[in-house]
This record gives sequence, structure tokens and C-alpha cells, in this order.
Amino acid sequence: MIALQNINKTFRVAKRQAGFGNAVKALFSREYEMVHALNDVSFTIRDGEMVGYIGPNGAGKSTTIKIMCGVLNPDNGVCTIDGRIPWKERVAHVREIGVVFGQRSQLWWDVPVIDSFELIRDIYKVDEKLYKQNLDELSALLDLSEILKTPARSLSLGQRMRCEIAASLLHSPKTLFLDEPTIGLDAVSKIAVRQFIKKLNAERGTTVILTTHDMQDIEALTERILLIGKGRILLDGSLAELKKRSSERKTLVVEYSGSMPTMCEGMTLAESREGRLIVALDPAVLPVSDAITKLAAQTELLDVSVSDITAEEMVAALYREYRI
Amino acid sequence: MRLYLKYFSIHLKSQMQYKVSFFLTALGQFLVSFTALLGVYFMMSRFNEVAGFTLQEVLLCYGTILLAFSIAECFGRGFDVFPQMIGNGEFDRALVRPRPIVFQVLSSKMEFTRIGRVLQAVFVFCYAIPASGIVWTGDKILTLALMIICGSIVFFALFLVYAAFSFFTLEGLEFMNVLTNGGREFGRYPFSVYGDGVLKFLTYIVPLALFQYYPLLYLLGRETGIAYMLSPLMGLLFLIPAYAFWRFGLSRYKSTGS
Repeated sequence: MIALQNINKTFRVAKRQAGFGNAVKALFSREYEMVHALNDVSFTIRDGEMVGYIGPNGAGKSTTIKIMCGVLNPDNGVCTIDGRIPWKERVAHVREIGVVFGQRSQLWWDVPVIDSFELIRDIYKVDEKLYKQNLDELSALLDLSEILKTPARSLSLGQRMRCEIAASLLHSPKTLFLDEPTIGLDAVSKIAVRQFIKKLNAERGTTVILTTHDMQDIEALTERILLIGKGRILLDGSLAELKKRSSERKTLVVEYSGSMPTMCEGMTLAESREGRLIVALDPAVLPVSDAITKLAAQTELLDVSVSDITAEEMVAALYREYRI
Repeated sequence: MRLYLKYFSIHLKSQMQYKVSFFLTALGQFLVSFTALLGVYFMMSRFNEVAGFTLQEVLLCYGTILLAFSIAECFGRGFDVFPQMIGNGEFDRALVRPRPIVFQVLSSKMEFTRIGRVLQAVFVFCYAIPASGIVWTGDKILTLALMIICGSIVFFALFLVYAAFSFFTLEGLEFMNVLTNGGREFGRYPFSVYGDGVLKFLTYIVPLALFQYYPLLYLLGRETGIAYMLSPLMGLLFLIPAYAFWRFGLSRYKSTGS
């Protein structure tokens, strides 16, 4: 179980204006700005939960992850993970967690992946039998058997990411932190990684905390979302709940031939191109069937599709709502 | 220790991936310190002696400092390039591994190209040890071994201090090089040649003279006190403040970027 209570973290950042003159000035006197990276952050995550941690760049996601991993210590507040305080009992704590920083590799660059894995086995003192079992399982699930003998530097990004994820799971951690695990991956690799994470959570009961900017990750993986902005937790709820909450709006994509229809109450034109309209619709004001009837009366409709708001739009709307 | 050997083999394998680069760098290291050796040679052939030390005696000094430094650099390289490790986030990775931090930084980097310098030092010893006119009894051999081993450790402690600074600045501090690389360069001659002030500084503040000047006097039979023989061991005390400073830096660590 992960519990954070009233965590605050402030960084002191030197600031100066652009330009050479100011650079020289900054050598002698510096102005510092206090940046509140985290502001009274509290949440709990139960064992076996899968949580998506989202927020715009610079919202404090990485800082929170780093605190939970024991890399940073907060200014004040309590953070316990399985009863341990990460930065105080670092060694005991990190033995139980796996961390994937999407943008940073943990594999040794010039040696075959399998050598890196064996070194990690020794670092974590993983029992030989368990290691063998984990390795077999992971290489089957993530399709690694072909690439284990390749040096990490010759792997493609997708292959490397699969190896990274495997590397962080060799010691059977109870909790897995994924910091943008699908960044830069192609569609096939993304799906493979997502499926794997899902399976891991279902079969091993591993707690997964995932930060991402890819809303499809969130949609595919997590039941629960934590939204952070400007260092505060703004929302904590399920994806379905959020969707409901962020209004019932529907999106209508209309293809037509003939004159362009005019909008009426309840419809907002989002995009218009030759023969094609994207309309945002509020069903509380104007039911979908009525809207279609109204449009059909004005022009000849070729195709109409109705969709719910996407996670992407929803998050963008949330960011707007909270002005972050 | 077993784990350290594992790291050792990984680094060896990595560096052997680039064989040409490895040998050229090692050769370069050899040549660079070879010119330094020539410098000492010409200087000594002109003046015969410096502050009362002959060429052979100076060469003993030279070999000691070069070997001690090269060993420290070969194995303590992780601390030497530590600012880089902080900058690229590799240090965050070390923090989420269940092993002592110093150990992980130590094993994050090993620089085998320094073998070029080690070889050089060995050659110098091959010449200077028989030519110095010292009768190599057990205690003298022990003294020389202490000089080299403790010397590496003192240099290593300097790297540690250097690394600890980068917790605050997130960048290396070049002025520390005066003590590390500078120590190696100036340490070719017994530190007494630089005058009393420098010698005092290198005795009480940064104890480079404790494994170079004082035990050298013992080797040459100019001093016979046991304190001179064991002075390299006193130099090890420097590790304590260095480590304390490192711990202090670590507690103030703030990570970079995402």
C-alpha cells in the first residue's frame, strides 16, 4: 500500500533574463525563485491497483514518482510504501519496487541484453531459480528471446523498451513505476507493452503506477486516474466517472453534399472543411436524433458518426478547466 | 566483491567493443606521461640534483605518484565523471538499486585505458628500484607498497570530494583539478622542493606529502623513525572528512529533469 500525506516539495531555481549582460550579472548576484513542485499532495493506492498519473509537463509527476522511489525527499509530509519511508530505508524499499524511466536506459549500452539482466540479478541478489523462471516468463511474454544476445545499443526503441520493462521486473517487485513507458514507440510496440502491463497486473497482482501523455495508454490500462497540475492533486477518480463529469458532450462527424447547414442551439461547430463538419453537441439541449434530423433537413447527408468525447479531449478540457 | 567483479567484466567487455579506440587511448596515455618523464630526465641531467634528490630518487617519487594516481583513476573514475552521472540522470537510477551508493558510483565506470600510465610507472620502477642504491629490506618494500596503496586511496578521497561538490553545483568544479591532476604533475618531484608552505599544506590539509615526501625520506635512509615509514597510513585519515562531505552532499541532492 502506498500512502502519501500532505507532501510538499520546493526547489530553488536560479533565474535570470536572457542575454550576455544578464549572464555576467548572474555570476555575481543571483535571484532565486522558489518553485513549489508539490503542494500538499495526498493520496493512497491499494495493493494491486493500476493508477494513471497524468498532468501537463512540469506539473510535478516526476517529482512525485521520484519521492515514491526514494530518489528525492520531500520538504515535509509523510510518504509510506508498505510501511516504509522510501528515502529513509532506501535499500529495503527499492528491493520491492521496479522503475522504468522511459527516457533513460538502465541497460548497459555496449553489452548484450542478457549480460545486463545477469548483472541486475546479482545487484538484486535474485535467487537463481526465481531469476530463471522470471526470465523465461518475461521473454515469452515480451518476445525477447531473439534479442537477448544483441547489445543494447543496436536495439530499436521498441525492442529496448521491452527489455527495459523486463529488466525492472526480474526481481519480482511488488510495485512498478512506469514513467512514460510508451514514449516514442510505434503502434505495434505500444499495444504489446500495454497488453503486457495489463497481464502483469492481473496475474501477479503487481501495483502499477503509470505516468504518460498518451491517453490511449490510460484508456487501455487504468481504472483510476490521478490528475496533477501545478503541484496539486486536482482529481482522483475512475476514467468512466471523469468522462461523465466532464460533460455529456458528443461529437458528430458529418459528411454532406450540397449547401452547408447552419448550426442551431446545442450545436457548436468545431471544424469545417469542404463537405465535412465536426460538431460538438450537448445532448441535454438537443438530443442526437433531433440534431441529425435538423441537419438532414438542410442538406443531403452522406455519412454521420457520433462519438463520445475522447480521453484526449477530456484531459485537454480538464487542463483548461483547472487552468493548468 | 563478487558483484564488483561482475561489473569489472561488463566494463571490460564494453571497452573491448572498441578495440582500436582502447589501444590508441592507452598509447596516448603512455605517451603523455612519457613526455613528462622526459621532462624530469632533462631537468635532472642538467642540474644533477633537485633540492638534494638525485635522478633515481626523483624517479622513485615519480613512479609512486603516477602509479597511485593511475590506480585511483582507473577504479575511481566514476567519481571523476560524477557530474555527468548526475546530469544524465544515471545517478537517479543508482538510487533505486538496493546497493550502497558509493559502491554503485565506484562500479559505474572503470577506465582500463589507464593501463598506459600504469605500464609507464612500472617501467620507471624497474629502472629506479635497482638504480636508487637502496638496500631493499622487508621494511623498505612495505613502505613502498604503502606509499602506492595509500596514495591511491588519498587520490580517491580527492575524487570523492570533487564528486560531492557537484551535489551543490550540479557541475564539476575545475579547481579541484589543481589537487588531483595538479597533485600528479607536481608530485613528480618530492614536495619539499616547492617550499615549506606548500609542504605544510600538503601535510596537514590535503595529505599528498604523507605518502610521497615523508616515506621517501625513510626509503632513502635519511630518516629512520617509524613515523616516517607509516606516514602513508596517516594520510588515510583524509577519507573521513571526504566521506562526511560526500554524505552531506548526498543528503542535499536534488535530481534533474524528468
